[in-house]
Amino acid sequence: MFEGIVIAGLIMGGIYSLIAVGLSLQYGVGRVLNISHGEFIMLGAFATWSLYTLLGVSPLLSLIICGPFLFFLGFLIHRTLFQYLRDKSESIGAFADSSLLASFGLLFIIQNIALLIWKADLRGYSYLNSPVSILGAIFTANRIVALFFAVSISLVFYLFLTYTRIGKAIRASAEDPITAQVMGVNIHRMLAICFGLGALMAGFAGPLISMMYEIQPTMGIEYTIIAIIVVVLGGLGSITGSLIGGFSLGLIGSIVTYFNPGLSLIAYYVIFILLLLIRPTGILGK
Amino acid sequence: MLILEGRKVTKYFGGLAALNQVDFEINQGEVVGLIGPNGAGKTTLFNLVSGFLPITSGEIRYKGKKINGLNPHQICWNGVARTFQSIKLFGGMTVFENVVSASLFGSKRAISLLEAEREAMELLEFVGLSLVKKSLAKDLPIAFQKRLEVARALATRPDLLMFDEVMAGLNPVEVSQAMELVIKIRNKGITIFMIEHVMKAIMEVCDRIIVLHHGSKIAEGRPEEVANSPKVIEVYLGK
Amino acid sequence: MKCLNVITKRPFTVVGILLILILLALLPLYTKPYPVISLTNILMYIILTVSWVIFSGPTHYISLASAAFFGVGIYTSALLGKTLPLPAVVISGGLASFLLAILIGLLTLRLRGMYFIIFTFSVSELIRHFLLWWETNMTGTVGRWVVMVSHTTVYHIILTIFVVTMLIAYIIRRSRFGLALRCIGEQEEAAIHIGINATMVKTLTFAISATFMGAVGAIMATRWTYIDPRIAFDPHISFMPVLMAIFGGTLHPYGPVLGAAIFAYLEEILTTKFPYYYMLLFGTILIVVILFLPQGLFGLIQKWWKGGSGQENANP
Repeated sequence: MFEGIVIAGLIMGGIYSLIAVGLSLQYGVGRVLNISHGEFIMLGAFATWSLYTLLGVSPLLSLIICGPFLFFLGFLIHRTLFQYLRDKSESIGAFADSSLLASFGLLFIIQNIALLIWKADLRGYSYLNSPVSILGAIFTANRIVALFFAVSISLVFYLFLTYTRIGKAIRASAEDPITAQVMGVNIHRMLAICFGLGALMAGFAGPLISMMYEIQPTMGIEYTIIAIIVVVLGGLGSITGSLIGGFSLGLIGSIVTYFNPGLSLIAYYVIFILLLLIRPTGILGK
Repeated sequence: MLILEGRKVTKYFGGLAALNQVDFEINQGEVVGLIGPNGAGKTTLFNLVSGFLPITSGEIRYKGKKINGLNPHQICWNGVARTFQSIKLFGGMTVFENVVSASLFGSKRAISLLEAEREAMELLEFVGLSLVKKSLAKDLPIAFQKRLEVARALATRPDLLMFDEVMAGLNPVEVSQAMELVIKIRNKGITIFMIEHVMKAIMEVCDRIIVLHHGSKIAEGRPEEVANSPKVIEVYLGK
Repeated sequence: MKCLNVITKRPFTVVGILLILILLALLPLYTKPYPVISLTNILMYIILTVSWVIFSGPTHYISLASAAFFGVGIYTSALLGKTLPLPAVVISGGLASFLLAILIGLLTLRLRGMYFIIFTFSVSELIRHFLLWWETNMTGTVGRWVVMVSHTTVYHIILTIFVVTMLIAYIIRRSRFGLALRCIGEQEEAAIHIGINATMVKTLTFAISATFMGAVGAIMATRWTYIDPRIAFDPHISFMPVLMAIFGGTLHPYGPVLGAAIFAYLEEILTTKFPYYYMLLFGTILIVVILFLPQGLFGLIQKWWKGGSGQENANP
């Protein structure tokens, strides 16, 4: 039982970490609280569903398709919409407000488009559905695969941030945009790249989620909220914090679900509210 | 008579001591300077006195009454006012509105709008801003913005006025004008506690100077004493 | 008092407003039910938006808790509707929301910016999910029935709430309280240093704005007759006032009214004729307004009106 809870927690945690890292990049560097983040996840999930049910494309292949596609979409949206707002805003506070509202607009638009294309019904498909036994607990193979990919992607991304030049430039931009510019970082491109990377994470999370659960065009907001909770839990601006926070929240959710399935989201909200009141900077925050 | 005193004032941010067991006294009517290298804890001290930050340990007394633990608006009502290092004007409001607000809210008294407006006009003339009273605060040049901060602080009818680098960013002419204003305010009977980096101003205007470094008081005394103190010279010029 | 000054200085405006109000009040007598019901809906949105602006306008604290206050009003109606007369129910709804807002305010008004926005949204959602879980698991029945009331009565009560809301919004805006709010919104740190008790001012204003949301929720419940947590605490109710206020323009007092009226009317048309496109349209309008009309629709109108001459009167 215990192993089952832990593994289930890790599976969810893996997804939570991915989407939280995505949001963290968009907020930490670009200062955009992208409330439409969940909609990108939803797009990734539905694109995967369509590709699989219409063309038989494996969801794992969709990872490579949706990820980059959503990256470019995010990059473009930032370059046009958010960059324009940034240039026009009088202060960082004003930009934070207007970018939040603009991302609201995006939420409405993207969700409506999805509703038009795929209608409001629940969709699902079965892929790698055979049961697998891990440490005595039984899971469908797709969940284990999802866990594997979520963890791998997070790991690769972490290494990317720590050891590559672009990764270091990203971290520098997050910590000190002005100095980063002085050091030669093209900050406009960097901001758009970071926003795109956030969408990339959504593009990875979407297919993985669609493998495990049924999906609906309205699924986005719940994931956005969870991403926000994890980001605040881990500490705004800390990528590592988002990773740790994601797995932590996943474990908590798994434990709560074991006792009472309907309460996990409520538990997240309660934790979140307590967090904001007691320690808004989060576990690893500055 | 002591108007402000601090005993073993200590402030920690996490594990870092921004201020460490600082004692200080300010007498009524004095002009006291507070100097020290960047990061010495000067603005932190002001933030503790004004109630904006909670004190970690120690005591601050204003006219004999303990004020650490009070809210900033209460401390303001008691008669302590301040200006800010980074200008914090009500940018979207006019010069006049900035000062009227302070007249209305700055003291615990019943005052009509008309009276507040009258007081505000007097203060604007006092600091020399009456001609720009309808301009938006954010549109003013820096020297005027600094004067507006002063006028706004004065509108709260303080007995102690704390200037946080009120001369920063001013050219020499503007610095002289600012110094004149400081003296005018002192002549009205208001005690002045000022953080400043412009040495000329400090030397000429202050009765006493307190020197902070890394959160501790390292020197105190008349301007000439402090200027010649080897410790102070080392801190500013050495290493 | 200042109000008397207004009456003597601008008698035509006051008379004009009174005439319009009388016409509106008598509306049910000379039209079919549909316009009355439609106007009830529009007034609901106007009240929500105007009350939202009472707090969030000057302070720039974007609250997404409107659904919580509206929902509390709805549930008050459901719980008390059979035992109390209608006006008392409406007032109770307002009062319950007032108290909830005081509680939330005292807890959160130390939070700024993003944190405040997210917190208010979370509280709203927490209440919704919790009530849903409670009704599903604890009481066994989800949803409640509310005493039904004639649409004319609903209309008149909402009209009354509308008048009261506009009056209070006006009084606050013109008073020292309103000035304190503006100072807080401009530069909160400086505001508290010039003697403004920001915590009290913010909390009280937040609570006042919540009161009207609660009152309007209490009366709208009687229109819908069946309510459950998903309907009562729909996040839609939190997002719409923000959208409408921004669309209309938050700087001018009539901005929210205009924004809400247009949006509410649009929503009605769109949900009947193009139900599948209205989110798309709203989202696009929102982005367009944010990009090109920062002062909202009213700001645009003001620019045309003034045509470049003279100063902007920020405080009419």
